[in-house]
Amino acid sequence: MSALLNIAARRAPAGLRRAATSATSQIRHYSSPIDLRAVVNRRFLDEQKELQSLARAFADNEFAPKMQEWDENQHFPADVLRKGAELGFGGLYTREDVGGAGLTRLDTSIIFEALSTGCTSTTAYISIHNMCAWMIDSFGSEEQRQKYLPRLTSMEQFASYCLTEPGAGSDAGGLSTTAVKKGSHYVLNGSKAFISGGGSSDVYVIMARTGGPGPKGISCFIVEKGFKGLSFGKKENKLGWNSQPTRAVIMEDCEVPAENLVGVEGQGFSIAMKGLNGGRINIGSCSLGAAQASIEAAVEHVKVRKQFNQPLAHFQNTQFKLADMATSLLSSRLMIRQAAAMLDQGHPDVASYCAMAKLHSTDECFKIIDDSLQLHGGYGYLKDYKVNVFLRDARVHRILEGTNEVMRMVTSRAMLTE
Amino acid sequence: MSNNLRILVATKRVIDYAVKIRVNAAGTAVETANVKHSMNPFDEIGTEQAIQIKEGLEKAKTGKAEVVVVSCGPAKVQETLRTALAMGADRAIHVESNDELQPLAVAKVLKAIVEKEKPDLVILGKQAIDDDSNQTGQMLAGLLNWPQATFASKVELGEKAMTVTREVDGGVETIKTALPAILTTDLRLNTPRYASLPNIMKAKKKPLAKLTVAELGVDVKPRLEILKVAEPAKRQGGKMVESVDDLVDKLKNEAKVL
Ligand SMILES: Cc1cc2nc3c(=O)[nH]c(=O)nc-3n(C[C@H](O)[C@H](O)[C@H](O)COP(=O)(O)OP(=O)(O)OC[C@H]3O[C@@H](n4cnc5c(N)ncnc54)[C@H](O)[C@@H]3O)c2cc1C
Ligand SMILES: Cc1cc2nc3c(=O)[nH]c(=O)nc-3n(C[C@H](O)[C@H](O)[C@H](O)COP(=O)(O)OP(=O)(O)OC[C@H]3O[C@@H](n4cnc5c(N)ncnc54)[C@H](O)[C@@H]3O)c2cc1C
Repeated sequence: MSALLNIAARRAPAGLRRAATSATSQIRHYSSPIDLRAVVNRRFLDEQKELQSLARAFADNEFAPKMQEWDENQHFPADVLRKGAELGFGGLYTREDVGGAGLTRLDTSIIFEALSTGCTSTTAYISIHNMCAWMIDSFGSEEQRQKYLPRLTSMEQFASYCLTEPGAGSDAGGLSTTAVKKGSHYVLNGSKAFISGGGSSDVYVIMARTGGPGPKGISCFIVEKGFKGLSFGKKENKLGWNSQPTRAVIMEDCEVPAENLVGVEGQGFSIAMKGLNGGRINIGSCSLGAAQASIEAAVEHVKVRKQFNQPLAHFQNTQFKLADMATSLLSSRLMIRQAAAMLDQGHPDVASYCAMAKLHSTDECFKIIDDSLQLHGGYGYLKDYKVNVFLRDARVHRILEGTNEVMRMVTSRAMLTE
Repeated sequence: MSNNLRILVATKRVIDYAVKIRVNAAGTAVETANVKHSMNPFDEIGTEQAIQIKEGLEKAKTGKAEVVVVSCGPAKVQETLRTALAMGADRAIHVESNDELQPLAVAKVLKAIVEKEKPDLVILGKQAIDDDSNQTGQMLAGLLNWPQATFASKVELGEKAMTVTREVDGGVETIKTALPAILTTDLRLNTPRYASLPNIMKAKKKPLAKLTVAELGVDVKPRLEILKVAEPAKRQGGKMVESVDDLVDKLKNEAKVL
């Protein structure tokens, strides 16, 4: 194989040859074996099974019976979130000295998948909260860690991640919120759009521009609800993700103490993107859980529902469809877990692996949920059944934390840069 | 009042309550291969109760308790013990045996453990949800010649004694017993907690001692022989009747109950 490629490269003109070599090496790279010891190690495996069964029991008992009600009434279940935080869900991959559970990303992925079988929207919010806590834990000062993380890991307070703006969605590096240093404060001006938890959260991790244009001019700040000049837009009416509010976050001469700068000036975009690598694995994991629950629901339904004097499960179309759904879910799960293990190992190419895993899993799982709805027939379209909620909740996973087109940009950029 | 207690909790690994039970092909037992197992729910309640007693003493600063969990069976029962440790038990004892263990055998093993550990209180589930024997606690009390408070729905600890509310056929009965004693749990005693993630990780580091039935010198030979295990008869579908006369006719001539 490599000999063949070398021949092709030798025949090509010099410029093309260089391109060919670098592209093939990156493609080859995607095929190189990954260290999956974390996945197969027996000791980890036993532990992960326990974490998974705890999360699934919590999802079955605390989320699943309420999911449709929370969706219908747009209810943010703060009390249930805090109950989960008592078990460690508030800071899964945050360090233990500030109340975190100190787990790996792979553990976290397994937990989010299990939790989202009970309520995908609520789990997705927990994942955003966890991402914010991790950013403060990893890039914040010791003072910031000690001040904010104990109340976040206990979910006494909730956190929101603020990158998107009305004029900067996919082009997040072009954001226009400004932060100008005035004495002991930064003064922030601008607005953030689509902020999950917006208005309900107490702590906002906000990216704002302190320097010139482009990603390098962006810094990261911790802004508390109640800081002068911080306000919120109306609660958005959404297709899904209804168990958590989404609002604009508005800064008008908002005064933020200088000690609330996370890391150094200009580091903000890098912090935001590192948070998102894990965030994408988390969102992908939430799609896995939604698809898993939808397959479980479909299996139940086709065994019980009879047409043509027999259960739907007797038709070969039903059987093959279920097999395809399970196959697709497994491929998504393997990609997510591999990317999570790579995050744990600090692999240099982790960004493109996270992007591919997020792209594949959120698209494929949406398709699985739609197939489950189809197997439910007309009943899948009714709100009495759960699958419609999973469909609506998982739809947005293809849009946020970077659209799936942006995932393709991240992946192809890694292939094409020399 | 000052109490320093050791509480022994017996836990059994059983087929998970949510699993649909299937009889094996030979009709000799329930199929256990590749079936999800978990801690017997009544033992979860027992573990929770022991931990609550321990936490109650610590909070009121009136004493201390050590919670020791024990399980008999193959290597797999260690999973159940880890669950109990993750909930908050202090240490675990695994009595290894790959043989069938009937209630009397388990009661004898537990008696041997009681003689080694000298607990003030032994908590067991009122029954295990697999074979529903409802015998082990009572047999252990008999073997030890200890008082027993079975089917507990409420427990209050006093000095070297406890007051127990029991669920009996006619309602509830309240009794007081001296310690040491045997307690068996009923469903309404408490709601077991979830083990938190950090406690699941910490449970790995808690001591788990391994013993064998042979080391304890206990005869665990079955005294009962199981002849046959069969599924309950399939429920017949209901029938709609046209009129009251039709119903009376069917009750008289088909069901023959009138
Ligand atoms: C429910 C919800 C919750 C959210 N929560 C948060 C949050 O908590 N914090 C936060 O910061 N943001 C949040 N977002 C915002 C989310 O990340 C953005 O919506 C997303 O990044 C897309 O940006 P946009 O909506 O501006 O779409 P646009 O960027 O306008 O994209 C529109 C379409 O154009 C495509 N497109 C854009 N540029 C290109 C290109 N160069 N090449 C090809 N196609 C392109 C996109 O892929 C997409 O299909 C949330 C969004 C939703 C809907
Ligand atoms: C919003 C809404 C409005 C509607 N309005 C009307 C209306 O105005 N009038 C009206 O009469 N009906 C109406 N319907 C009913 C609709 O036509 C039925 O839902 C539809 O025909 C499917 O039937 P079902 O829901 O019983 O699903 P089922 O027949 O139970 O089908 C469930 C699944 O099994 C598959 N399946 C069934 N049989 C086989 C087979 N032999 N081989 C392979 N796959 C099979 C189906 O394709 C489907 O995927 C409406 C339904 C909805 C949701």
